[in-house]
Amino acid sequence: MLNKTGVPTLEEIKSRFPKKGLLIKHKAITECYEEIPCNPCATSCPFNAIHIGEDINTPPKVDFNNCVGCGICVYSCPGLAIFTVEEHSDHLRFKIPFEFVPYPKQGETWHGVNRNGDIITNVDILKVSITEKYDKTALIEVKVDKEFIHDFVTIRRIT
Amino acid sequence: MFMKHFRLIIIGGGPAGLSAAKIAAESGVKSLIIERDFKLGGQLVKQTHMFFGSEKQYAKTRGINIAKILINDVEQNINMITVMKNTTVVGLYEDNVLTVLQGETYTKISFDSLVVATGASEKFLAFENNDLPGIYGAGAVQTLMNVHGVLPGEKVVMIGSGNIGLIVSYQLLQAGVNVLKVLEAAPTIGGYKVHASKLKRLGVDILTNHSIKKAIGKDKLEKILVSELDDKWEFIEGSEFEIETDALCISVGLSPMGNLLSMIGAEMKYISKLGGLVPVIDHHHETTIKNIYVAGDVCGVEEASSAIVEGYLTGLLVSERLGFRHKDFDNLYDDYNSQLDNLRSGPFGVRTLEGLQELRGERNVK
Repeated sequence: MLNKTGVPTLEEIKSRFPKKGLLIKHKAITECYEEIPCNPCATSCPFNAIHIGEDINTPPKVDFNNCVGCGICVYSCPGLAIFTVEEHSDHLRFKIPFEFVPYPKQGETWHGVNRNGDIITNVDILKVSITEKYDKTALIEVKVDKEFIHDFVTIRRIT
Repeated sequence: MFMKHFRLIIIGGGPAGLSAAKIAAESGVKSLIIERDFKLGGQLVKQTHMFFGSEKQYAKTRGINIAKILINDVEQNINMITVMKNTTVVGLYEDNVLTVLQGETYTKISFDSLVVATGASEKFLAFENNDLPGIYGAGAVQTLMNVHGVLPGEKVVMIGSGNIGLIVSYQLLQAGVNVLKVLEAAPTIGGYKVHASKLKRLGVDILTNHSIKKAIGKDKLEKILVSELDDKWEFIEGSEFEIETDALCISVGLSPMGNLLSMIGAEMKYISKLGGLVPVIDHHHETTIKNIYVAGDVCGVEEASSAIVEGYLTGLLVSERLGFRHKDFDNLYDDYNSQLDNLRSGPFGVRTLEGLQELRGERNVK
């Protein structure tokens, strides 16, 4: 699937999520399924929560106890393959990387899009972080309906 | 007439050449970089994406900013490194002399050692009407778009799903161009899957086992005829369909640019896994012609991260041969080699490793 279309299976996606109950705070979900020579997620993490080790081809492993969901790895990942997610009683919050201008603005409503590129819902833009250190990859916090925990991946402007 | 002489000449001011000059300068060797383009940086100057690799190869820094770092390293050593831009090496001779063309002036320059860091050029694809306006190499599109700010068209089809094809497709989307499809002749996506996923979530389909049969158009590209391929890479009759598009990007790999090395009679070998015809080299990156070294894609197509490290390593080795041993030689030598091993140790590096073994005769090919 991933090899042919670029879309991971639901099983692959779920394998990157922590056990139920841990998402009361944002946690990093690393959608990096392939051995590629790359380790900025691990070296950029100030909390020593992402491990790759000596061989930089090893896919990252997140220590969810150390991860505080800060989002530094999200905009540091050259593959834009990391996001964070946090579960609330009636909604989810995601922090996703975004590299298209004009960036969204706080308070706007955008489409929510799945890994297949389909629009699945509408989402509220809660926060847009973009300073010099983000180096043009904005970190966007969005509010998403609970049912889309394993589907939502990015946003698209409503036209 | 006096001929200018340099202890070290480096042909090519891309990642490999700039890195070689830096380490040579640190070792105490003055060098001349000869660059064909009007600016230094090679292909990095159009790479707007963040790089992979580790911190030592500037991972997560955008290519355009890596170019700035490497160029700055060279400019910091202005008394050690001379740069000639807009200058093409047109001749290389056995008595350590080369001819350069700058504007309309030919000049001969001599050297003790030479590093050829000329990089690679894009491969093209044979199909009917492949010379219609609107058909580009993907690298050319990247230059047009990211260096000169010119869009190639409104709608694009990309041929090839290697990292260049995937990355340029993403950058076309960022520039507001509609990327209709990515076609891949192989049964699976060629580049990193994270790049493929980025495109897919933006709504771009990658069609594996598909390729172009012909381009259609009167004065410029209007549409293309696409066909499915079977497992023997033959077109499947009856599977054809048309896509209307005004631009087509060809991204089917790179070939090392070793023309100068062929010219001087260095032993060359065709190694498919390294991209084509490459010079036979020893562990010092020296070719079969004494004092002529190579670094970067010219001796095997890889990522720019590897070209940077190969440049450092070659700069270190060539300086030592010239009698200028870097004060930190042993540590750097081990470090560069372990960086290269690390970059090449995953599934994507296997091709390069096997290609290098084949080149050194350590591996037999059927």
